Amino acid sequence: LRRVIKHRLFWPVATLVSLILINTVARPQFASITVQDGRLYGALIDILRQSAPLMLVSLGMTIVIATRGIDLSVGAVMAVSGAVALTIIDGSADPGDLNVVMLAVVVAILASLLLGIWNGFLVSLLGIQPIIATLVLMLAGRGMALLITEGFITTVNSTPFEFISTGYLLLLPFAFFIWVAAVTAVALMERRTALGVLTEAVGINPEASRLAGVRSRGIIWSAYAASAVLAGIAGIIYASNIKAADANAAGQFIELYAILAVVLGGTSLMGGKFSLAGSVVGVLIIQTLESTILFLGVPSAESPVFFAVVVVVVVVIQSPRLHRFARDVARSARSRGTTESTGDAEVAG
Amino acid sequence: MTSLDTAGTTTRKPAGYFETFMSRRASLLPTIAAVVILILLFIGAEIMLRGDFITPRNISALLLDNAYLLILAVGMTFVIVTGGIDLSVGSVMAFTGIWLAKLLEAGTSLAIAIPAILLAGALVGLLIGVLVQFFDVQPFIASLAGLFLARGLAFVVSLSSIKVETTEVLWLQSTRIHLGEWYITPTGILALLVVFAGAWVMQFTRFGRTTYAIGGNQQAALMGLKVARTTVAVYVISGVCGGLAGLVLTAYSGAGYPRNGVGTELDAIAAVVIGGTVLAGGRGYVLGSMIGVFVYGTIKTIISFMGAEQSWTQIIIGALLLVFIVVQRAIVARSDRRS
Repeated sequence: LRRVIKHRLFWPVATLVSLILINTVARPQFASITVQDGRLYGALIDILRQSAPLMLVSLGMTIVIATRGIDLSVGAVMAVSGAVALTIIDGSADPGDLNVVMLAVVVAILASLLLGIWNGFLVSLLGIQPIIATLVLMLAGRGMALLITEGFITTVNSTPFEFISTGYLLLLPFAFFIWVAAVTAVALMERRTALGVLTEAVGINPEASRLAGVRSRGIIWSAYAASAVLAGIAGIIYASNIKAADANAAGQFIELYAILAVVLGGTSLMGGKFSLAGSVVGVLIIQTLESTILFLGVPSAESPVFFAVVVVVVVVIQSPRLHRFARDVARSARSRGTTESTGDAEVAG
Repeated sequence: MTSLDTAGTTTRKPAGYFETFMSRRASLLPTIAAVVILILLFIGAEIMLRGDFITPRNISALLLDNAYLLILAVGMTFVIVTGGIDLSVGSVMAFTGIWLAKLLEAGTSLAIAIPAILLAGALVGLLIGVLVQFFDVQPFIASLAGLFLARGLAFVVSLSSIKVETTEVLWLQSTRIHLGEWYITPTGILALLVVFAGAWVMQFTRFGRTTYAIGGNQQAALMGLKVARTTVAVYVISGVCGGLAGLVLTAYSGAGYPRNGVGTELDAIAAVVIGGTVLAGGRGYVLGSMIGVFVYGTIKTIISFMGAEQSWTQIIIGALLLVFIVVQRAIVARSDRRS
């Protein structure tokens, strides 16, 4: 049991499970899953479906944070990607054509990749602080998206495009498969090759890893590129869900929620060791919390208060100072305990 | 970086007055650049709009329209000089603004309402400061919690906008103190007072020097300086500035609105950086931030004069931010090599 508690995923998973339990007790229909027309429905399935954009963004964010960076531009990248995809579909003769949608998706992802390469260039080559380097695109990116859509909210009616977010495949939502595929791909790349270890090395000590022959520049650069590509896919899913490219609302605050998910999952913002599984759990916690808040009848606009409380509690629990304090308390309690027990033993003897 | 290094060594000729000035006051360079950019913007707009831009009316409006941003930028300068960042200011402004409107609607007197909202701003700042100083939370994350908290509280106060009809508040905005063609509003005076108070505290008090010391070097700051107290205080200052900006914005728009100021924290950070404050901390000027706000406001005015999309404002500010960051990077690298 001790090993279970000591496991770094223990607290995130415990939080998630208790959230789900509280929900199930408070409203039994939360856990119920019904089958209809060969599809599963239910609050839990909704959470799996709706978490897709945040999941993709958080995956990228995890890798970037592991290199001691941060990517604030993900929301703006989402807006650009959605704008690009919808402008292509909207401008085509037949918006329902599968080929058009495929082309739009590919071009949107390529556009996101370009933005990611730009971020990586600023951080790894010019050596600008990541917060600032990505702030540039965070500010300018939404402007670009607005220019692409010419200031309007582009809407389309395209069945294949809508399938991305609302379609089903083998009982489960298609969007769920997208994020599972993305998590698997990233996990395989990071954990089955040396890339993950090298990423952590760069994050723990950039100078030492450089001296050890790690090509940190390329690793950092590719982290930002990957983050932007994942954000681009997230932008497509978001646009597909609302059937529109809204340059202002797409991915609003998502960078903050993604960072929160990564921190909840136990990855330190100081870089280094990272946990992809932790981030997955973190995203699910956030989505479940959101669903809980909605259920409580709190207007969704007020939900940030709850998130603020969660952030404060989590960071305070993670803070080294509190750990030191807790250790001191535990040690003094234990030493008092041992003296008492020896005293007892003497009495008994 | 290497190309910069060679440039630095080749230009070190017998030092003239300019060279000496530059080497001693390298941290002033970005601020001077901001002033130059502001002047260029004015001249460019004047030429492009055929003499319709530099009018007393326009320049007076610049202060009026950006008074709230100016106040936020002053608080932000303190935080950034210590090497921190405060993402909560836009939300704090929205929260205090809507709360003020709500309090006034309920018939609370101004003498209670205004201190109340300033205190609310200070408390959010205090929370952030305590998290940063005593729990070793990164300023980014701590102020993120502040952002969420204040934004949520703004919606708790009211989900829709509340009109303000208190004459004293509207007076702040509608009074125009004329000086020929020029005018200034009480909100503008308030903003300028905040700027000068901020600049004075930064330059001439022990507190200000401690602020620079914390940002410049954590170890040096240990030499008997009150690090903990000052770190918490800069976030409280930023929070109070957020509260004050809420008052000014509510007066400006004649209403409180919980969606106000989404992304304003980024505008404030951009203005501070353009004004020459280095994000790594230790270098920066409150007066520079004022210039930064004016550059921001002027770009916005020019774009609306040209009838172009406002989205260009974001793109241009983003580009300008980039230029300044690269310049700062070069300056910091140079002065680090010197020392």
